[in-house]
Amino acid sequence: MPEVTLVEAVNLALGRAMADDPDVVLLGEDIGVNGGVFRATIGLQERFGPERVLDTPLAELLISGLCVGMAAQGLKPVGEIQFMGFIYPCLDQLVNHASRMRNRTQGRLTCPMVLRSPHGAGIRAPEHHSESTEAMLAHIPGLRVVMPSSPERAYGLLLAAIRDPDPVVFLEPTRLYRAAKGDVEDNGEALPLDHAFVLREGRDITLISWGAMLKETMAAADTLADDGIAAEVIDLATLKPYDENTVLGSVARTGRCVIVHEAAHTGGFGAEIAAMIAERGLSSLLAPVIRVTGYDTVIPMARLEQRYMPSVGRIVAAARKTCQYN
Amino acid sequence: MRRRNYLAPDGAIIRPLPSCARDAKLLIELYRSMVLLRLFDRKAVALQRTGRLGTYAVSLGQEAVSVGIASAMRQEDVLLPSYRDNGALLWRGVKPEEILLFWGGDERGNQFSGPVHDFPFCVPVGSQAPHAAGVAYALKLRKQPRVAVCLFGDGATSKGDVYEAMNFAGVHKLPLVFVVTNNQWAISVPLRLQTASETLAQKAIAAGFSGEQVDGCDVVAMRAAAEEAIAAARDGNGPHFIEAVTYRLGDHTTSDDALRYRSAEEVQAHWKEEPIARLRSYLVGQKMWTKADEERLAAECHERIEAAVQRYLTTPPRRPETMFDNLYAELPEAYAAQRRELAGEDDA
Ligand SMILES: Cc1ncc(C[n+]2csc(CCOP(=O)(O)OP(=O)(O)O)c2C)c(N)n1
Repeated sequence: MPEVTLVEAVNLALGRAMADDPDVVLLGEDIGVNGGVFRATIGLQERFGPERVLDTPLAELLISGLCVGMAAQGLKPVGEIQFMGFIYPCLDQLVNHASRMRNRTQGRLTCPMVLRSPHGAGIRAPEHHSESTEAMLAHIPGLRVVMPSSPERAYGLLLAAIRDPDPVVFLEPTRLYRAAKGDVEDNGEALPLDHAFVLREGRDITLISWGAMLKETMAAADTLADDGIAAEVIDLATLKPYDENTVLGSVARTGRCVIVHEAAHTGGFGAEIAAMIAERGLSSLLAPVIRVTGYDTVIPMARLEQRYMPSVGRIVAAARKTCQYN
Repeated sequence: MRRRNYLAPDGAIIRPLPSCARDAKLLIELYRSMVLLRLFDRKAVALQRTGRLGTYAVSLGQEAVSVGIASAMRQEDVLLPSYRDNGALLWRGVKPEEILLFWGGDERGNQFSGPVHDFPFCVPVGSQAPHAAGVAYALKLRKQPRVAVCLFGDGATSKGDVYEAMNFAGVHKLPLVFVVTNNQWAISVPLRLQTASETLAQKAIAAGFSGEQVDGCDVVAMRAAAEEAIAAARDGNGPHFIEAVTYRLGDHTTSDDALRYRSAEEVQAHWKEEPIARLRSYLVGQKMWTKADEERLAAECHERIEAAVQRYLTTPPRRPETMFDNLYAELPEAYAAQRRELAGEDDA
């Protein structure tokens, strides 16, 4: 199996989906000749033509709204938003239309679209290029929010997202685009949505994360193992709707849980998971659930962004604290 | 639509020059600013290439637009720039080291020496246009003889933000000058995929005010058009839209490789029109500028830029906890512990 980067896996999945299904259409800024600013769509316009790989005017609301219209006609549009900081004009379309088209029309019209966007900080990008506001999207009923953390899952989950009959926001961890490598066979096999992946088994503590932060979370699990603490690591992968059972099953075995996300603390998706565990898994808890997150500040520009992001050290410290609690 | 211009690419006079061109001191000042900007740009790219600056947006070929426009503003007017308008900021007193700090990833670059009421670089494309309408409304409401000047690129004209701002500015006859730098490209997307309209200037018609095309490589034309538009806005005659037709000779940013989507020949052809050589030819032809002047200017710019780079590189880093310091007027108690954690203070 060839080793590819995460962004190459995205490219493979897009190419495969387009080859399999003539209804799949890509649209976005600079996705044609330029292959997208991260090269996720490289070569696809050459292969499938400018009508199926469409360079749009610079208008994010338009991209998301076009997707709604195309999808209602049975196309499978995959829109690209260049950076998550520019996804906000799409919110009107996502909240008011994409996510509730099926519900509003009682199934008469549907919205099988995907909106892709890079997610998160850590690449020394300019202002407004490092957003991690997934919780905002995960709050919207009727939407799916998916975030892969490896090339394998980027490939399989993106195929699943494109085949899914409902709208999916697919957030790609920018920091891993080229840093994460893995063996991906371009066999057209999707991975299940709404399903968490256990990346590492352990009986002492459950570490939950998604996207790029799994890198630090896995490194923290290694450090904890040296202390004799066996951490189970869960990649949530789909944040909306998320796999409560895998989370609860793990916490039932370990009794302890640390949730790690890069997004700001207050109202982050970690709060949702902690609340769910308190509601449905309180009896198995041996310690309070702790969140290790970004601070409640604007994500700083390049010079300080590393200090904003949860570090391996912060995760390890939180896990130790949790394990000492009794 | 006629495109306003005065100087041909070779510096020859095409039509009677506007009154601002009779001010030799001003012409020299415009020239000096464009040269400073070009050399600053070159230095910034070199810093980026050697890992000492983040992604940077180059003005190469577009110097006449931001310099021409800013030169027609008064200090009390309000500038709302896009990320590529380094020239306008420099003209308005922002220090080169402050611009470097911004692109170097330090928010203190926006705490700049320009007019306190000016807006910082706007990165989300076009989102500064509604601010400009808000600023202009405030100026009008308070009956102040001040004007808002909003700069953006051709790509931005595809955004609802820009239409919405223009529409409102027209309805309320706001003291607002919109300037689109039409450099033919929005990263890799050419103008013909951005709009089917023959000019961008004509978009003003739909908003109910005047628009014009100006040769954006002719700094005299830029200055004259801006001067008239700003004066008219100050006199209560409402908004105006200037389409500066120019060309981006460089990559979109230091993260871009323009050869992927446009030919070297196309770029080469546009070098014949660029604004600095054009004004220099005119000045030299008028015996207002000599080779010795040019050498002196280059040395001066070099010295100024090197000094700024030194100040930039030796600016001590911010302490991490300062990321909380300008989040709210007063840090809410709820976040005090987070700030202490960043400061490395024990929170036990
Ligand atoms: C709302 C938004 N979408 C996308 C981007 C990414 N992006 C940065 S610059 C750019 C092209 C802008 O082109 P134009 O408005 O013509 O200005 P220019 O860069 O040519 O000066 C794009 C797509 C952005 N900054 N903001």
